[in-house]
Amino acid sequence: MTTRSAIRFALLALAALAFAEPSARAADTPDPVADAKAFQKFFTQKFPKVKLEDFVNGPYSMNEDMHRQWEEKEQFPPYEFALEAGKDMFSKPFKNGKTYADCFPNGGIGIRQNYPYFDEKEGEVVTLELALNRCREANGEAPVSYVKDEMASLTAYMAYTSRGKPMDIKIPNDLRALEAYENGKRYFYTRRGQLNFSCATCHVQSPGERIRAEILAPALGIMNAMPIYRSEWSGMGTTSRRFTTCNSQIRGVPLNPQDEEYRDLEYYLSYVSNGLPISGPGARP
Amino acid sequence: MASTIRVRAISNGDTTEVQALIQHPMDSGFVKDAQGQVIPAHFIQQLTFEHGGKTVFVADWGPAVSKDPYVKFAFKGGNKGDEIKIGWVDNKGASDATTAKIQ
Repeated sequence: MTTRSAIRFALLALAALAFAEPSARAADTPDPVADAKAFQKFFTQKFPKVKLEDFVNGPYSMNEDMHRQWEEKEQFPPYEFALEAGKDMFSKPFKNGKTYADCFPNGGIGIRQNYPYFDEKEGEVVTLELALNRCREANGEAPVSYVKDEMASLTAYMAYTSRGKPMDIKIPNDLRALEAYENGKRYFYTRRGQLNFSCATCHVQSPGERIRAEILAPALGIMNAMPIYRSEWSGMGTTSRRFTTCNSQIRGVPLNPQDEEYRDLEYYLSYVSNGLPISGPGARP
Repeated sequence: MASTIRVRAISNGDTTEVQALIQHPMDSGFVKDAQGQVIPAHFIQQLTFEHGGKTVFVADWGPAVSKDPYVKFAFKGGNKGDEIKIGWVDNKGASDATTAKIQ
């Protein structure tokens, strides 16, 4: 190689670098809209036979046999008792005479698709579960457990009244909101635990595959079905329960329910499922 | 308190298909609670379905049946609008009963 051509080559390489740089920087800036599009495209391409709105049925959307099982289960769903309990609880006034309906827009009916949202005043993500316990505390009641029983029944009822409405999570024009979204995304893709799994290992890389006797659910639409009745738990569980047990199943140490990371994770996961219908409460094997 | 039994009975002409879901802890007596105390056995012993004064289905259950049990069976006969009686008795003597119309 002559000196001249070597210099020319170096110059070309530099020019290529200069061109590459802006696009590399663009990939670093969070772009939730593009994220959600890519996320949904990934699943629709991986499972071309599954309709977009069917992803909310988790493992039951993954093959025909499971789908038939789901149809049969939905005729007589195991979450019925929780739903009824939730309805009673929701309408029963607190000691001060107020009800849950006073804490929520539209009396708490048909609003599941807007949760979690970013509270610009507080600068944090507020999930439905957090909002429910805050409502209790504001009315002088003790908060309830985030993982099951009352909380699962209440969220089941609220999800039921919102069935079919498309998930509608907004990221306000606030840097902290974007940060929360990014934080949730990071949590989703970070490996942890003795098994060194990330959330994505199971729910992006391997949905539809078996993990022991279970069929893994796709991450797309996974939030739309919350809370769920799991036959394995022989009871209801909330989003918090799902997150904490996921973490301990990969032999990691779970965080506390409704810790900031979990709320950010819920924010991220719900956002990328925008447009898919709410199907909660769900029933899962 | 609301009934612990949910029933749906559908007539398909010759046969009637019955589905029922019952709310019951069905404790086996082998499980400990968070404090390490054994949860005493508490389970449904007998579940009966009656149609027109005749028993059409009896289940003798034990501690091995899961919580909130679900039953599905079909019997010959039964017309739309007929009543079915459902009742259970558990090992502590508690019971519940309800009726449902065949659809």
